[in-house]
Amino acid sequence: MSNNNKISGAEAVIRSLIEEGVDLIYGYPGGAIMPIYDELYKFQDKLNHVLTRHEQGATHAAQGFSRVSGKVGVVMATSGPGATNLVTGIADAQIDSTAMVCITGQVASHLLGSDAFQETDIIGISTPVTKWNCQITQAKDIPEILAKAFYIARSGRPGPVLIDITKDAQFELMNFQYNKCLSVRSYKPVPDYSIDQIKKASHLINESKKPFIVFGQGVILGEAENEFKDFIEKTGIPSAWTILGLSALPTEHYLNVGMVGMHGNYGPNVLTNECDLLIAIGMRFDDRVTGNLETYAKQAKVIHMEIDPAEINKNVECDIAVLGNIKETIPLLTSMVNKSSHKSWLEKFSFHYEIEYKKVINNEINPTKNGLTMAEVIKEINNSTNGDAIIVTDVGQHQMVTCRYAKFNKSKSNITSGGLGTMGFALPAALGAKMGAPEREVVAVIGDGGYQMTIQELGTIFQTGSAVKIVVLNNNFLGMVRQWQQMFFDKRYASTELVNPDFVTIAKGYYLEAEKVSERKNLKGAVNRMIKSNKPYFLEVSVEKEDNVFPMIPTGASVSDIRLE
Amino acid sequence: MKDLKNTYTVSIYTENNIGLLNRISAIFLKRHINIESLTTSPSEIDNIFRFVIVVKSTEFSIQRIIKQIEKQIEVIASFYHTDDQTIFLETALYKVKSKSLFDEKHIQKIIKNSQANIVTVSPNYFVIEKTGWRDDTEKLYKELEPYGLLQFVRSGRISVSKEPMNISNLLGLNTDK
Repeated sequence: MSNNNKISGAEAVIRSLIEEGVDLIYGYPGGAIMPIYDELYKFQDKLNHVLTRHEQGATHAAQGFSRVSGKVGVVMATSGPGATNLVTGIADAQIDSTAMVCITGQVASHLLGSDAFQETDIIGISTPVTKWNCQITQAKDIPEILAKAFYIARSGRPGPVLIDITKDAQFELMNFQYNKCLSVRSYKPVPDYSIDQIKKASHLINESKKPFIVFGQGVILGEAENEFKDFIEKTGIPSAWTILGLSALPTEHYLNVGMVGMHGNYGPNVLTNECDLLIAIGMRFDDRVTGNLETYAKQAKVIHMEIDPAEINKNVECDIAVLGNIKETIPLLTSMVNKSSHKSWLEKFSFHYEIEYKKVINNEINPTKNGLTMAEVIKEINNSTNGDAIIVTDVGQHQMVTCRYAKFNKSKSNITSGGLGTMGFALPAALGAKMGAPEREVVAVIGDGGYQMTIQELGTIFQTGSAVKIVVLNNNFLGMVRQWQQMFFDKRYASTELVNPDFVTIAKGYYLEAEKVSERKNLKGAVNRMIKSNKPYFLEVSVEKEDNVFPMIPTGASVSDIRLE
Repeated sequence: MKDLKNTYTVSIYTENNIGLLNRISAIFLKRHINIESLTTSPSEIDNIFRFVIVVKSTEFSIQRIIKQIEKQIEVIASFYHTDDQTIFLETALYKVKSKSLFDEKHIQKIIKNSQANIVTVSPNYFVIEKTGWRDDTEKLYKELEPYGLLQFVRSGRISVSKEPMNISNLLGLNTDK
């Protein structure tokens, strides 16, 4: 065959991405990936490349994009430092099950192992934090490997995939033919469900007097929000969420009893150790959810509905495991269970909520002290957006407060770094979220510490003109660490106090509209101005320096020993 | 019971893939578990490879590790067995100075009694091979050591399970025909 019909490996990468329906890439060019960027230049009518200011920002933007859109986030970076800068975002996507494909350039194959300029073993480095990874050294392998990459990233329990392509493979000519990947023989993305197990689960549910549901991100990833809602409405079972399950069920739904875990709500934590049946749906019993496993729900039977067999009995042993895609298994279960209401059991949650309201919530959202609380800022955002916004959070006190107090009407609206707890996540993730759901309001709520870890992405927000609303809750501390120092290290505030720059000036330097609020009387107006703006907008709120987040389950304590103060 | 450590033989059937060894060893590394021995080879099925890994661990831990291994894309299936559930062997090679074979009559007796094989003899050295359980190869090591071992090496464990592993069923293959 003549070379006339052949295309370069680099063009094959671009054509493969187009075949997968990709139209947006976050990335950063460099030597070893230049042939692919050269092809991007030619295909810019079909593929929008967003130049972030750091490769880590590209990964978090792709995560934000994926989490709101349900599509695969795509990232490109060069070899060496470009590739290693992706690692945090990849690890975050792995532990939070986010579909992402990262394409890295690599030195030419004849240089592999020679410590060439910008050579690093990114396959070796990324192995423990990827769902799959693969190095390509021949152009002819590009379509098949990329098809496999997208299939693996998005199927079953989603996750990040990294494909490393040597520079010579990008230049090499090949005959392009694209076939979507439909299966990999050694990989079973969705395990078969057992109707027998579902029947057994239905019996336990029908016999239960005090059933309790904890649901996670599986409901969102499985797009099973409606099936889940039908199930709980038929059975009348009080349902609490993990941080990544938040927004799968509207906040104000009568069966939504709040958050479980370390800074979750009082009722769901205490009553975890009172229920007679715990139904875990699409969640993985993280230690921040369970507290001490030796005293976690020991009195209850446990049903675990889950797509990943490795999660069954990993942390909490279950009586009935229902494997499979919950979008299929929940409706089967719903058809087998009796209609019920559990009125007095549900009242127990209301009773505990009243206690928490009096001791914690009321003081947080209606404070009488001078300093602003984080919760009252969230309350104003709720009022201004009516709960229709996508809210992106970073990691720390502001994250816990936001997840506790933010109101959500729609699914895929809470974007946060849960499992890895990556500070610096929110600003780039908010950009990705806005680009994944441009019609929706996107509010990033960030602490003053994490904000400065990826603050350079203000440049990307400005350059793309994405109307992200950025709220920095500034307490001049690494607040969560300071809270632990106060509670468990006798107030020895080792390296947690921050001397901060003028954030408004910095935002203005990036040509963003920017405002700062330090007094309660100005808060409502400022939040409303920010939400009304159709441009990117920065709002700094000076909050009380040494506020703590409560309730709290100290590390190693039981969920029922949650402290209110 | 949960804390009781035991020797487990982990058998893993996989596709052939660069990097898979790294992926599998990382699962042990992440949990701070030392790999006692590791062998890779073709399996009874065309183009399917087999890892045999020996680790000391608790059953609680090994059950969870098996699931993490099976979760890897190119792993077809993974099993764990205790020593009494498998037939297993190791091979050791001992390189000894030829001079001692002629000077020390006792060496010939040791080789004969241990049922080891002499693989090669040259004017300078000879090589003995012994296949068996760890105790057998260690016993021979101790017996030969006083005469001066030039080199010693022992392979990783190879093992087959007593019960079938039904791997071809998982792949929809029929290898029993």
